[in-house]
Amino acid sequence: MTQLLVDALESDRPVRRTAFVVRLNRPGVSARFDRRSVLVSLGLLVVIVAALVAGVSIGVFPIPLSDVVPGILGVGSDDATFIVQNLRLPRALTGLMVGAAFGLSGAIFQTLARNPLASPDIIGVTAGASLAAVAAIVLAGASTGAIAGAAFAGGLGATLAVYALAYRRGVTGYRMVLVGVGLTAVGSSLTSWLLTKANLYDAQEAAIWLTGSLNNQGWEHVVPVGLALAVLIPATALLAPHLRCLQLGDDTAHGLGVKVETYRLSLLAAGVALASMATASAGPVAFVALIGPQIAKRLCRASGIALVPAALTGAALVLIADLIGRQLFAPTTLPVGVITAVVGAPFLLWLLAQANRSGREG
Amino acid sequence: MGTATTIGVALAAQKPDSALGGDRLYLAYEAREVVHDLTIRIPTGRITVIVGANACGKSTLLRALARLLKPRSGTVYLDGTDIHRLPTKEIATKVGILPQSPTAPEGLTVADLVARGRYPHQRWFQQWSREDEAAVDEAMRLTRLEALAGRPVDELSGGQRQRAWIAMALAQGTSTLLLDEPTTYLDMAHQVEVLDLLADLNTRRGRTVVLVLHDLNQACRYAHHLVASPRDASRPRVLRARS
Amino acid sequence: MSPTAERVRRAATVRRESGGLLRTPAARYGGLLVAVAVLLVAVLASLLLGSRTLPIGDTLNALLHGDRGSTTGLIVWGLRWPRTLIGIFVGSALGASGALMQGVTRNPLADPGILGVNAGAAFAVVLAIYVFGITTLSIYVGFAFVGAAVASVVVYALGAMGRDGASPVKLALAGTAVSALLVALTSAILLVDLATLDRYRFWVVGSLAGRDLGVLWQVLPFLGAGLLVGFASARSLNVLGLGDDVAKALGAKVGTARLVSALAVVLLTGSAVAAAGPIGFVGLTIPHVARALVGTDYRWIHGVLRAPRADVAPGSRHDRPAGGPARRGAGRGGDGGDWRAVLHRPDPTPATGRAVRARPPAGATPHGGTA
Repeated sequence: MTQLLVDALESDRPVRRTAFVVRLNRPGVSARFDRRSVLVSLGLLVVIVAALVAGVSIGVFPIPLSDVVPGILGVGSDDATFIVQNLRLPRALTGLMVGAAFGLSGAIFQTLARNPLASPDIIGVTAGASLAAVAAIVLAGASTGAIAGAAFAGGLGATLAVYALAYRRGVTGYRMVLVGVGLTAVGSSLTSWLLTKANLYDAQEAAIWLTGSLNNQGWEHVVPVGLALAVLIPATALLAPHLRCLQLGDDTAHGLGVKVETYRLSLLAAGVALASMATASAGPVAFVALIGPQIAKRLCRASGIALVPAALTGAALVLIADLIGRQLFAPTTLPVGVITAVVGAPFLLWLLAQANRSGREG
Repeated sequence: MGTATTIGVALAAQKPDSALGGDRLYLAYEAREVVHDLTIRIPTGRITVIVGANACGKSTLLRALARLLKPRSGTVYLDGTDIHRLPTKEIATKVGILPQSPTAPEGLTVADLVARGRYPHQRWFQQWSREDEAAVDEAMRLTRLEALAGRPVDELSGGQRQRAWIAMALAQGTSTLLLDEPTTYLDMAHQVEVLDLLADLNTRRGRTVVLVLHDLNQACRYAHHLVASPRDASRPRVLRARS
Repeated sequence: MSPTAERVRRAATVRRESGGLLRTPAARYGGLLVAVAVLLVAVLASLLLGSRTLPIGDTLNALLHGDRGSTTGLIVWGLRWPRTLIGIFVGSALGASGALMQGVTRNPLADPGILGVNAGAAFAVVLAIYVFGITTLSIYVGFAFVGAAVASVVVYALGAMGRDGASPVKLALAGTAVSALLVALTSAILLVDLATLDRYRFWVVGSLAGRDLGVLWQVLPFLGAGLLVGFASARSLNVLGLGDDVAKALGAKVGTARLVSALAVVLLTGSAVAAAGPIGFVGLTIPHVARALVGTDYRWIHGVLRAPRADVAPGSRHDRPAGGPARRGAGRGGDGGDWRAVLHRPDPTPATGRAVRARPPAGATPHGGTA
């Protein structure tokens, strides 16, 4: 006899926060979701859908709202369908997935390092991925798949380099940040040098891409990111309980029965893969991996990790930023990375000020 | 710790059970040997306190017993098996550890911290069973933390924080608790609070407790068995004390 | 002995044996001489080599007799000598400022660009073009210098807020944030206004071509001041490297020392970037080479830094064809795998796709806006 039980427990049971508990008794399945996080996630979904629709509708050739859904399904007018299906929709979908990937990756890194500043776009992962991607384009004229592979290798290489250079009886958060910023500088130097090797056309295109751009995103870009997310999101979901314990410190986690090294490496690999795939697709979009999880955390007032909200916030950020970038100086399009940088830089400075005040930096 | 001494011999006369112990342990950090040929039995259902001067290997011994540190040679065993041959999750259902100065991530509430203690009993599809709920409720009741359930751990007083971490170890449902200097950095009132709690867990709940303490007076007051080692690395002595 | 005292005692020993390949003062002075010799050779190479190799005799003749009439003289005096000279100074400035940066931030991976100087200079130049419609190179130089200075001051101020002053991490992060912001704003302007882009990209190549000596004279006072200040602060940098606490215990004024070094960095890098456009990597690698040779005593590092900068000059060995416009980036590219080409780093702000749309290769999709 199965019994589906959904509880919204109130705080007269003082022992736990309000939570949604889903429990099946016979096959012994259960899960618990923090109520506020669920509500925030739903809200973010609404925002994402709205931004998606807006992204498809708004542009140099505006598509009336009534035509959006038919356009997506391919049953609208020819013009609308063409624009929607070939230009707007792939761009919007890529933006959504890239944002989600960056957000999730940032949440993983920041939680593992227990430091909000240890975000993949600050400690050099995206710089390494973009260096490798640019190298693949400029030196080897690689195909999309090969670029993705190169980006992953670059991101992984950068992570290993940071780890190796920052290691001193374990990796403390701030040393990693320091080394990571340095490596980012090296990476961008090398990337710029590579640009001088390219022909003019490639160089300019790569230069735009390096700020983080959704230009020219076609279905061939959607697929790699989509596949990556399809694999990595479930993987991360499975690893989430281990991450929750890793948060408590290596010794405690070990004492709880977590295979610390195995899961930490797996989570790191997932984080690197997410950031690299996203970079391979849209370039190193500035600061999404940093501020997505931070905003999500503050929205959920989360106790512990908030992976799903982080991913959703990242997606929403990129979609909205792209919309702003397209409309601000229409018909010129500002790359989405420009908008996220203008928003993200002050946020980073604010985070820095927060860390100063609580005296947790050094 | 010093030259070979079989503490077990001294204890055998009393014949308490012992599920956790070590045989001829050599423990070292890189080049520095810290514990030298030690054999030890942790008596079940008793409070064992390890005391000694700084850097004489107290924490090292505790970590080795908790399988956090692999001995250079010798075996740590749990229920008759080499602890390093057992799956780590299984060990976590029998032995709980509270390391030195644990830090909770920012914003983590007491209830969520205690809930983490259920990890060894959970699977990816079974993340919050009735048993989990019951165990967390019970743990918080025993440590009198119900009223603080929704408060972030880093906002609590020292004593309350330690109780929260102990509650997490309790939720694990283990019969043995290992605590590494749980009272250091606490002021006197909180130290007593924590030690009284542990004593209570031992007498009324039958938990085996092993602690590392600095203060010899406290050790004598609370311990059934003392494992002591002076700095100059001669034989460790075992003293039996009754409170 | 207290822990601090112990560290001080050990540190004092370290200073005496500050390591490096060349340990004795004699070896170091010798090394310095060798470095100067290398510099002279590089200078010569820079003068002789190019899209047209000049005969040695004629070149030396033209140099020594100030002959500007003959073909050789024209090339040497009009083209190569200015470039060589600028190369020497810019290189020294960057090497020295890199070393200072790494000392101030105690971060071996610090690059003057981390303080935001490149981004600040680029932004200022773009502002000059976009807002004030300026087209003269020498005024760019002024703007670039001011931009670099302001940016680094802002970064330093932001990094120094809070309890323990300008720690390495805070500086690095403040630099990241400010650079990112300025780069984004610069890109935005460039993408919106094509005319700005058109003028900007000639400055930004970071090349040593097309700069006449006027540019050098403009920045020379600042450069010189920077070198002097840098040398002066070298001694305190040694002490700073031991950590703030120990330095204070040894009587060093930590805040002042850092400020003075930072001032030198700003002067040096500002001048270099203003004169030659954004150049990266030099500041990063050369101090390591120097350190490998003479160890961690900053006074020596400054001495050695003059010479390795010779490498900058030969990098400019690719003349532009007389009368033709500088080919953007292409000259450097032809350097093959020569790492010296790395010195010429175009600013990370991108050019707009618009410029390319004018003549896209056949079959290319239009990019920039959406349909």
